[in-house]
Amino acid sequence: METASQIVQYLLSGLSTGAIYALIGLGFAVIYNATGIINFAQGEFVMLGGMLTLFFLTDMNLPLVPAVMLAIFSSTAVGTAFERLAIRPLRNATPLSLVIITIGASILIRGQAMLLWGKDTHALPPFSGSDPLEIAGATILPQHLWIFAVTIVIIVASRLFFTYSIAGKAMRACAYNPRAAGLVGIDVRKMVLFSFVISSAIGSMAGIIVAPLTMTSYDVGILLGLKGFCAAIIGGMSSGLGTVIGGLLLGVLESLGAGLISASYKDAIAFVVLLVILFVRPEGVFKKTETERV
Amino acid sequence: MTREKRKFLAFALFTLAVLIAPLFFQGSYLVNVMVFVGINTMLAVALNLLLGLAGQISLGHAAFFGLGAYLSGVLTTAYAVGPWSAMALSAVAVGCLSFLIGFPILKLKGHYLAMATLGFGIIVYILLNETVDLTGGPSGLSGIPNLSIGPWAFDSDEKNYYLIWGFTLLTMLLSINLSNSRIGRALRAIHDSEIAARVMGVNARLLKVQVFAISAILSALAGSLYASTMTFIAPASFGFNVSVELVTMVIVGGLGSIYGSFLGAGILTLLPEYLRVLQDYDIVVYGLLLIVMTMFMPGGLVSGIRRVEAAARAGMRGKDRTNA
Repeated sequence: METASQIVQYLLSGLSTGAIYALIGLGFAVIYNATGIINFAQGEFVMLGGMLTLFFLTDMNLPLVPAVMLAIFSSTAVGTAFERLAIRPLRNATPLSLVIITIGASILIRGQAMLLWGKDTHALPPFSGSDPLEIAGATILPQHLWIFAVTIVIIVASRLFFTYSIAGKAMRACAYNPRAAGLVGIDVRKMVLFSFVISSAIGSMAGIIVAPLTMTSYDVGILLGLKGFCAAIIGGMSSGLGTVIGGLLLGVLESLGAGLISASYKDAIAFVVLLVILFVRPEGVFKKTETERV
Repeated sequence: MTREKRKFLAFALFTLAVLIAPLFFQGSYLVNVMVFVGINTMLAVALNLLLGLAGQISLGHAAFFGLGAYLSGVLTTAYAVGPWSAMALSAVAVGCLSFLIGFPILKLKGHYLAMATLGFGIIVYILLNETVDLTGGPSGLSGIPNLSIGPWAFDSDEKNYYLIWGFTLLTMLLSINLSNSRIGRALRAIHDSEIAARVMGVNARLLKVQVFAISAILSALAGSLYASTMTFIAPASFGFNVSVELVTMVIVGGLGSIYGSFLGAGILTLLPEYLRVLQDYDIVVYGLLLIVMTMFMPGGLVSGIRRVEAAARAGMRGKDRTNA
């Protein structure tokens, strides 16, 4: 049937954008859990991932793999510098100042990208060709498969890291109670820095794998970042499965809404979802409510 | 002199300065720039009520500004409503809307509040862009009539200067009065500790929503004024960047300081005019300004100036002592 295959098509493309949102959301959650900060500059790491890969590919004439590695490395360096220069000196700042600092950083990074690479949108070449594959009457690009594969690898890896490695356990301890973590000998400041490293690395990877599909430019970080945040909010800011499901849910909703209702309001869907969740269940869809400590 | 008297005197001096200022740059395009400084001051003072006084962030205030401008614009062009009534109607409509969304939005705190207001701002921005039949979409809405009193229309830069600054001064007066009142003290208590304020019997929930609505209404009025003085509006003037710019003005000037908001609005409006050489660099300057101000001068320019003054005085006293 025509409509059935169309819906499969919407679902597939929804799941692939949803996977991207999930990755960006994970980046938000990792920093939030370590520091209590919502990093408004998260989307800029996503932008940096795509733009830097493009820069190393076309301007430096590097092959794809080193270009990707260098892009991830450089975005992570930016994330690290940001933590050291702006976040660490302000350990005891109010949430308001932290919001403003991270907004300032995002404007700064975006502005620099615009000055370096201009305002044009660019397409990154797909990783392995653009011959569409057929699945249940719907077509899918090899790049979609890349997105699914990379997302699954990152999610599994972060899961393993947070459950089994010493550093991952230490970071979880900091999220739970930084003071107690400090008392048992965990270097809390190092863990905060670590959270920025992980988060900017995940963000840039998301930006790299999505760039061949959706094009990239200096200002893609705003919307992608906000939608990733929305995914994290649906998942209750967990750095695990909740955010992943939140991202996939958001991607599918958006794609179905754009396909069946109206494409011009596609971007509004995520923000309506965001507001509804913040109004009704700010602690996330899957989380039990907690009482606030005074 | 009592504190109230001093505040009144300061305001009177400021009003006088505003009234005679056009005499010094008559006819030049600076008058036009000063009209924008006036609108931005009105917006910054309005946002400062929420941000500085009550300590609640909004990253979506450009949406109220835009709704005021577009409601006025559409009512006057498509429905032939008079400019003054259109202005009043849009203020009432934005007031109702902000009051309604205020309850769920202001239940949130800190980062979550920032994100929710940001989301609201983006939804409004998308609506302004997509309802092409009504708003003209991204290419904008033109032919909005000027405001007029009888046969006397506000159609030149000089006249607009007095119109805009009249409203801005009223906004500042309202803001001064509000922060000196019982409500102002209650809001400051909420800023310091909402729980403590509630324990003392302050209805924090309602007060926050009320100040949010007042701030939104004032922004909508600024929007209507903007629409009728410019006679042309486009969604780009009401996007996320504008919301951030408004927050920057308040922060640069100094949270909670009314004259600080004027200072911040003035600097951020004049800076791009004089930094034409920098062209696209202005966005980088904004970002740096935000970071540097929050890190090194969290009280803004006004308290920074005061601190420098105090340090200078202390230094002088020290010098006197060594001389003696």
